[in-house]
Amino acid sequence: MDPLTWGEIIPRIIVQLTPVWIALAVTFALSITFKRRLGLYGKLFDSVIGMMGFALVMFWVFAAVFGAMDLILTHDPLAQSGNMKNKVPGTPYTKMIGEAADGAYPYYLLGGDNLGRDVFSRMIAGAWIVVQIGPLATLFAFMAGITLGLPAAYYGSKLDTSLTFLANLVLAFPVILLFYLLVTPEIVATGIPTYMAMVLFIFPLVFIVILLNARYHTQPKVRAPLLAAVIAVLGLLYLSLISDSSGPIRWLPAWLDLFDIPGGILVVFVAVVFVNAPTVFRIVRGIALDIKTRDYVAAAQTRGEGPWYIMLWEILPNARGPLIVDFCLRVGYTTILLGTLGFFGLGLPPESPDWGSTINEGRKLLSIYPHPALPPALALLSLVLGLNLLADGLREESLRD
Amino acid sequence: MGLFILRRIAVMILTALCLTFIVFFLTNLYPNLEKLAKTQGNMRMTDTQVDSWLENRGYLEPLPVKYGQWLGVLPGYVTEDPEGAVRGRCIDTGMEPEEAPTFCGVLQGNWGYSTVFQDGVWDIVSTRLALTGKLMFWVMVLMVPSALILGVLAGMREGSRTDRTLSTVSIVSTATPEYVSGVILIAVFASSAVGLKWFKGTATSAMESATFDNFFLPVLTIALYGMGYIARMTRASMAEVMTQQYIRTARLKGVSFRNVVLKHALRNALIAPFTVIMLQFPWLLNGVVIVETLFNYKGFGWTLVQAAGNNDIELLLGVSIVSVIVVLVTQLISDVGYVYLNPRISVT
Amino acid sequence: MVKQAYDGPILEIDQLSISFFTRLREIPAVMDFSCKVMPGEAMGLVGESGCGKSTVALGVMQDLGVNGRVVGGSIKFKGRELNAMSDAELRDIRGSEIAMIYQEPMASLNPAMKIGRQLMEVPIIHEGVSEAEARARALEVVTDVKLPDPERILASYPHQLSGGQQQRIVIAMALMANPSLLILDEPTTALDVTVEAAVVELVKDLGKKYGTSMLFISHNLGLVLETCDRICVMYSGEAVETGSIGDVFDKMRHPYTQALFRSIPLPGADKNAKPLVAIPGNFPLPHERPRGCNFGPRCDYFEAGRCDAGDIPMEPVPGDERHRSRCVKFKEIDWEMLALGADRTETSEPGDVILRMDDLKKYYEVAASALFSGGETKVVKANESLSFEAHEGETLAIVGESGCGKSTFAKVLLGLETATSGDITLDNKAIGDTPIAERDTQTVADVQMVFQNPFDTLNPSMTVGRQIIRALEIFRIGNSEAERRARMLDLLDLVKLPREFADRMPRQLSGGQKQRVGIARAFAGDARIVVADEPVSALDVSVQAAVADLLMEIQRRQKTTLLFISHDLSIVRYLSDRVLVMYLGHVVEIGTTDQVFAPPYHPYTEALLSAVPIADTRVQKKHIVLEGDIPSAMNPPPGCPFQTRCPWKSQVPGTKCETEMPPVLDMGDGHKIKCHLTREKLDGMEPVITLAAE
Repeated sequence: MDPLTWGEIIPRIIVQLTPVWIALAVTFALSITFKRRLGLYGKLFDSVIGMMGFALVMFWVFAAVFGAMDLILTHDPLAQSGNMKNKVPGTPYTKMIGEAADGAYPYYLLGGDNLGRDVFSRMIAGAWIVVQIGPLATLFAFMAGITLGLPAAYYGSKLDTSLTFLANLVLAFPVILLFYLLVTPEIVATGIPTYMAMVLFIFPLVFIVILLNARYHTQPKVRAPLLAAVIAVLGLLYLSLISDSSGPIRWLPAWLDLFDIPGGILVVFVAVVFVNAPTVFRIVRGIALDIKTRDYVAAAQTRGEGPWYIMLWEILPNARGPLIVDFCLRVGYTTILLGTLGFFGLGLPPESPDWGSTINEGRKLLSIYPHPALPPALALLSLVLGLNLLADGLREESLRD
Repeated sequence: MGLFILRRIAVMILTALCLTFIVFFLTNLYPNLEKLAKTQGNMRMTDTQVDSWLENRGYLEPLPVKYGQWLGVLPGYVTEDPEGAVRGRCIDTGMEPEEAPTFCGVLQGNWGYSTVFQDGVWDIVSTRLALTGKLMFWVMVLMVPSALILGVLAGMREGSRTDRTLSTVSIVSTATPEYVSGVILIAVFASSAVGLKWFKGTATSAMESATFDNFFLPVLTIALYGMGYIARMTRASMAEVMTQQYIRTARLKGVSFRNVVLKHALRNALIAPFTVIMLQFPWLLNGVVIVETLFNYKGFGWTLVQAAGNNDIELLLGVSIVSVIVVLVTQLISDVGYVYLNPRISVT
Repeated sequence: MVKQAYDGPILEIDQLSISFFTRLREIPAVMDFSCKVMPGEAMGLVGESGCGKSTVALGVMQDLGVNGRVVGGSIKFKGRELNAMSDAELRDIRGSEIAMIYQEPMASLNPAMKIGRQLMEVPIIHEGVSEAEARARALEVVTDVKLPDPERILASYPHQLSGGQQQRIVIAMALMANPSLLILDEPTTALDVTVEAAVVELVKDLGKKYGTSMLFISHNLGLVLETCDRICVMYSGEAVETGSIGDVFDKMRHPYTQALFRSIPLPGADKNAKPLVAIPGNFPLPHERPRGCNFGPRCDYFEAGRCDAGDIPMEPVPGDERHRSRCVKFKEIDWEMLALGADRTETSEPGDVILRMDDLKKYYEVAASALFSGGETKVVKANESLSFEAHEGETLAIVGESGCGKSTFAKVLLGLETATSGDITLDNKAIGDTPIAERDTQTVADVQMVFQNPFDTLNPSMTVGRQIIRALEIFRIGNSEAERRARMLDLLDLVKLPREFADRMPRQLSGGQKQRVGIARAFAGDARIVVADEPVSALDVSVQAAVADLLMEIQRRQKTTLLFISHDLSIVRYLSDRVLVMYLGHVVEIGTTDQVFAPPYHPYTEALLSAVPIADTRVQKKHIVLEGDIPSAMNPPPGCPFQTRCPWKSQVPGTKCETEMPPVLDMGDGHKIKCHLTREKLDGMEPVITLAAE
């Protein structure tokens, strides 16, 4: 078989991505039809920038999801082929020397990498890792930043001074140094990341419990069962998350431990949350300091509301605009950080198809074979670009009255 | 003003102490020490051998004591092994124990010895820092003016076509981390596959003599990422200033648009980005490490990777102090500069 | 540029229409607006917020932003069409021929440029003079606006000056090029009353001195009466009535103008005997304007088929010079008839004392400089020996300007702060030292507050009903969600809001409606003492009366004690039973409303009364203008707090005013004055406000 030309590769890729196009079209059709009823999300479809950003982000989300469901991948992203090493895009696929196995996709659409793995499939499979970790890690960082930032702004004085000092301490730490110190096998062996996970992951639990308690403390009949249920469910999730059959924390018996997070991913997760949380803290603190002076906060105080009710039900909902915008930007930043980790080969296993690691492997032969490094680089670029555009669109629309 | 700077410096020293202690703690964890013992001594050492190796070199003392010694505020350890050989932190090879100084830590200028480079940490750090300084200088020369011009041009007429175009440029540039832009730039301008070959894909030769050929790509790579961020900050700040009442006052006084921008808006609009530029430093360090690795430019960032990758504890500590101090000093400059730029804050 | 001599009208606006364009639609902001300003004449442009008066000013300046556009009509300045001018021509005129003064002095000065530079810029641009000459001019004008130490002022940055001084600088800047037309857009709204009076005086004098024509934009009819020769009343984008001050104030020929005058508290209005008449309904949104007369739906004289038939032109009023009205029926309406529905209500007698303050003191410690915490601290004496009693069912007004300590007092009473010393007794229970977290639910529910800013008083992300229900939950009222919901709907009825509002978000409500929700929330736990912190000052004139009357009505029904904090003496006289005047943390005068508004006065009360503009041509006022600004509470003067500005100081022998805190003089019947003046001097004071006989 002859290698494909670019004129043939591109249509083939587009066809391969069919499920993504369908999903995108459905999402946009539904959203635009009902945009007047969808609040801020609906308003997004009034802004060209916002729509472009949303389309880019959703493209990768769908690609990742369908990739994980094996609807898009052409080959196993981890399978190596001795014959396909550094082959250019469009090369016909052969396992060793000879013809392709039956049923296998006949080409490496974007070529093969230095171990003869399919670059296209690795790019799609990498999206799944990125799309999972980025938003989730950012969410955890937000929980921690909000739970600490609100009281710092609301109470002020000593609490504020010390928390701000701590945040600045983490911020003054060069990120890359922190990663090198945290994400090495030796440190992982001491269990420090697990202990950090223990601290960082408790925040969502604390956050939700305080949130509900503040709202329902006037109605003990509702409060008690609600809190018990929430603590039970979230507590189990939390304990499953931090306790690991092979890690330093083994608090849960095996039959109760719902899942184990692979060590590498947990460390990466912790490192990224740890680096992001102080920035979120500073943003939340800044906004809360502003909202604190509003009359409706004073009104809540004069009717004797507790401080946590005021922080979580009076201040936080009104800070949501800038926080949502920052969330989008921060997911992008987290994605970049993840890539940085991969680029230095930290944390995730070396064969992992995530974009950072792939770029790292591809860069060694960059001057001769740029094709293995370029697709993940462009993928990362487009996802982060999409998130930035989305944030810009949201900011513009939320400011417009 | 003096009091203000003093307070800032006090906080800075406290921060530096906290951070170095954390680094010290993390690098001196037992698994790291064990690895050190095995690489320096013998790969097949038993656990007891490892312990005695570490014991003899003062590694097993309590952490605060070790930190004090390293800092130079506690006397260096002195141990005697069963054979009667005396070892001490402050005793160099061939030196009599009695002649050795009591304190020898960072404060005394004794930064330790790098196991990877087989050289004094201070020498390594200072030469590498100079190389990175050269890189950073050119990055700043390229990045700051272009970012400010981009931001001011975009922000002075919010919503115009110029604004839309320039804002898109800066968004694209913030969305392109160094390892992405570096890869793309090398692939396009330096690889044999595309064949343009305008620049060199490596900057190793730039360490001795930097030319446009071998230095432009790394400088551009770092500058691109930071540029978008500063430009967006400047744009936001400029756009906000342009909606202020005093800009309308100036316009309705009959000031021409050019002078409204240059005389009235610019100074106010640059207050916020100034802080941002200064706070870019810890961020730029990230870029420096990536770019130096990617372009094989053996500067400070490259040293950091080597030290961390090879468990070179003393070098890693040295690198950490320097980077933390660089970050803190820029923060101090940013605070002081902010006060000078903004007449509304009076420090008297 | 050489200014041409010109003796025609300075400004002639003819059938001007201005629209703003959004993505969805065109929003007409000004329609068919005409007016003429002659040389040396001052024209007042009056209307409520959103009526388009500021848009007219910006239209004259040709500075409507990217979305605004003149869509019809002409604006002629000295006979030249402004709409057709190029940017360069406009630049020549702006600042030199037409100058503008804005509402927020701080915002309209460049914070990073020294005052001198900003002033000198004007002659340098327009006349091309040298720096030295420009500086000399600046110095001269700064002296003209009566600022002390002009050299130092020129060398300072805007933030180093007080609000009143900044506004004088803005005025100086406008006068630098000796313009023919001065546009003033609410120039004193951000200032305290006594400072406002001084600035208004200055503008009047300088206008005369330089012979400048003025376009004075304000929502305050009293201020327009004091400064202008002619007036134009605007409503919802249109001029509805224009004419000389005398004609419009005394012989108004448009129902809106009449309704406006009936809804503001003028001397003689009384909450029981002669209550205000609120204008029913709401201001129409620009894209929801009715057909025909914009005021039609709210007008008492509305006649279907005529008023909503089509566009209504401005018609001259026969017999008056340049007096025109936009009403099809103005010739038929009996303008002498009394307002409809002005019923007399029962006077309610105050009951027992329920709140007693005894020698209350509240001091704050603040850092000497904002940039560093720690180090030296200063003590701010926010409240100093505050003593008074409040009875059940009475309205006690607390009057004072910024920094007088009225808000601090409210915080202490509500338990958000605790008193430094002294007692607060509520029903014989001391609550001065009890922070709100330690107060029992009943006490918290008993003492509630209504806030000033309607846009800030409700949580923007919670429905109106939810917010009231939350207050009920906190006060432990009702046993189930359903009970509380029913009670919440009752509360909406109480404040005369439709029940559908329960499910609305605050942003869907107008300012007056939000304020009503705030009142409903305050009364959720049947509050017995309500602190109302300037509850109507941020509302439009026509809504103010309705909200004030609502408060009075609820008070009458529930026997609530109302502590009414305000700086607006007109509304205070209208609705309060007793008045307490504060200055820099001290109570300087307390007494019944009649006692405080009639001599003898405390010198500060006297100045305050003189400073408040009253929109009534019959009123004769004694002219007292205070010098300088209110001292900072951080750094109060020694002796009597008012001594730095007191016009009576020379009447007190020796240096008693500078050194000694004045004693409290009991003038009888609970009327007390804190002053060094002797009884004879006080008794000899003349009334500030007299009504000329009709």
